[in-house]
Amino acid sequence: MNRGSGTVAGGRVGLRISPNLLGNLARGRTVIVLSGTNGKTTTTALVSAGWGTEVTTNDTGANMPAGHVAALVRSRGHATVLEVDEAWLPEVVRQVEPAVVVLLNLSRDQLDRANEVRQMAARWRRCLDKDAGFRGTVIANANDPLVVFAAEGASHVLWCDVPTQWIADARSCPRCTLALEYRSETWSCSCGFAKPSPITTGLGDGVVIDGVAVPLVLSIPGAFNVANAALALTALKVVGVDPIVAAQRMHEVRSVAGRFTLRRWRGHTLRLLLAKNPSGFDALLAALADDGGDVWIAINARVADGRDPSWLYDVPFERLRGHRVWCFGDRRLDLATRLDYGGVDFEVVDDPGAVPVAKATVPLLANYTAFSDWLKVSAPC
Amino acid sequence: MLRVATLLPDLLGTYGDGGNGLVLASRARRRGIEVAQCDVELGQSIPDASIYLLGGGEDGPQRLACDLLARGSFVERVRDGATVVAVCAGLQLLGNSFAVEGDDRYQGLGLVDIETTRGDERSVGEICVRVGDQLLVGFENHGGHTSLGAGVAPLGQVVRGRGNDGVVDGYRDGNIWATYAHGPVLALNPWLADQILESVLGRELAPLDGVADRLYEERRASLSR
Repeated sequence: MNRGSGTVAGGRVGLRISPNLLGNLARGRTVIVLSGTNGKTTTTALVSAGWGTEVTTNDTGANMPAGHVAALVRSRGHATVLEVDEAWLPEVVRQVEPAVVVLLNLSRDQLDRANEVRQMAARWRRCLDKDAGFRGTVIANANDPLVVFAAEGASHVLWCDVPTQWIADARSCPRCTLALEYRSETWSCSCGFAKPSPITTGLGDGVVIDGVAVPLVLSIPGAFNVANAALALTALKVVGVDPIVAAQRMHEVRSVAGRFTLRRWRGHTLRLLLAKNPSGFDALLAALADDGGDVWIAINARVADGRDPSWLYDVPFERLRGHRVWCFGDRRLDLATRLDYGGVDFEVVDDPGAVPVAKATVPLLANYTAFSDWLKVSAPC
Repeated sequence: MLRVATLLPDLLGTYGDGGNGLVLASRARRRGIEVAQCDVELGQSIPDASIYLLGGGEDGPQRLACDLLARGSFVERVRDGATVVAVCAGLQLLGNSFAVEGDDRYQGLGLVDIETTRGDERSVGEICVRVGDQLLVGFENHGGHTSLGAGVAPLGQVVRGRGNDGVVDGYRDGNIWATYAHGPVLALNPWLADQILESVLGRELAPLDGVADRLYEERRASLSR
C-alpha cells in the first residue's frame, strides 16, 4: 500500500486486494476492541488516554474494517484500541483476534439498517463463544441482558456491574423470550438466565476493580460516562495498565470529537451533546439540569442517522415538561409532534436566526448528522 | 370514558409503536373526552378497553405475544366488538398463520382471514397508501407477504413501498384496522387517528389543529413527489 494508505478509501482498496489485510496488520499488537450501541467513541477515547503510551486508534465514525485498516497502516504503535460498528464485530474479532473485547450495551438503533437487536446479540454470541475459538477476555456490562447473552459463552469474561438505565429492549429474556424480572440491583428469568457473578468491577462508592478502589474524576459529564470509564479501566487492567494511574490520565479527556464541548453560535453559548437513539437520549435527558431552562434539539433522518425517525416515540421526552424545547433539523416537525403529544412546550425553528439569545448556556441535543452540522457552523468558546 | 390499551409493548414495540396509543389518547382528551390509557405488560391480564393497540416485534417475541393473546380474553373481547389497531407483527398475528424462524405456518389468532408468508426480501423504507380519498404516509420494515381472504378488504392501495404484497396494504375488517406502516403511524396521519376515534365513539369529532397537520402535509408532499 502506498498512495491513499492511512485513509478509509485506501483501507477499502486494500481489503479488496487482500481480504485478510486487517488480520495481518493487527498481528503482534495488543488490541482492545470495543462495541455497543452507545458510548463507543467516548470509551475508545478514554482507553486511549488511559493507556499512557502511543496508541493506534481509528478515527471517529470510521468504525468498519476499512477504517481499522487505515488506522493500523497509519501507526505502528503496539497498543491498539479499535471502536467497532456492532454489525462488524464478528468479522473484526475473527480477523484481529483481540486481547480484549469490551461490550458496552446493546439497544435499538438505526433499525432500518441493522433490523433487529436480538439477532445482533445472537451474532455476537456466536463469534465470542469458546467453541468459535476466541481466546481473549471479554469485558461485559452485567446489567444489560443482551450483552450478557452475547458474552456468557466466552471462555474468559469479566463482568462489570455498571448502572444501565435503558432496559426497554431486554424486557423479554434473550434466551427464552419470557419476561425478565428486575429487582433493585439484579435481574433474572424463570428459565435460569440471570445477572451473572462474580462481579469484577463495581460502582458502589466509586470504581472498584478486583476489590481495589480506583479514584476517578472525569471532566466529561454524565453517569453513563462513569460507567464507560469503569469498563475502559477494566480493559486496561487486563493488558497490564494500572487502573489508578489510568484513571488519572482519563481526567484529561474534556471532550470527544466535539461532544460535550461548549460552542458559540450567533451570540448563543451551546453545550453540544450527541444522542443518536432512545437509550442515548434517555441517558442525556437524565443528566440535564432540572432548571426549566431552554433546551435545543436537532433531529435529522439522513442515511447515517437511519431514515426512520419512529424511535422518537421511544424517547421519554415527557421528562422535558417544564422546559421549552426549540426544534431544529430536517425532521423538526416529527420532533415537535412528538413533544406536542408528550405535553412538552415546544417551538418549531424554521429560521434559526430568529431564536432569542439567552445568557445561560443552552444544551443542544442532536443526532448524528445534525450534530456534525452544528459542529461545523459553531465556533469553540 | 374511552379506554386505550397498548398490548405487550415489551414484546411488540420495536419501532416507537407506543406512539399510537399516546396519539389516540391525546387527540381524544383534547376534545374533552375522558380517557384512560394503559400499557398491558407481560404477566398482566387484559383489561376491558375500547381500543387495543398491537405493535411490531421480532420473531421470538411475536410468537410469544401470539401465544399469550390466544390464552387470555383478548380474542373474545375483539369478537365482542372492541376495536384493534395493529401494525406490522401485530397485523400478522391476528390472522390465520404467519412465518417465524423455524416455522413457516405458525398459528395466529384467527380473528381475520389472512395468511402471511415470508416475502422474497425484506421491505425497508417509506410507504404511501391511498385510503379512500386520503393518503397514508409512514415507514415499513418487515419481511412478510400477506394475502387477504376473499371477505377481507385492504386498508388501501399501495402508492409507494410494499405493504402486504406491493399492491395493497393492511386490512380493515369490521372493528380491526391494520397496516404495515409501523411505529407512530397515527402521529404521522392525524386524519386516520380521528377516523378510528370517530368509529369507536360513533360520532363526528371537531377539527383539531396542531403541529401534526403540518408534519402530515410535509411528509405527504415529500412522499408523493
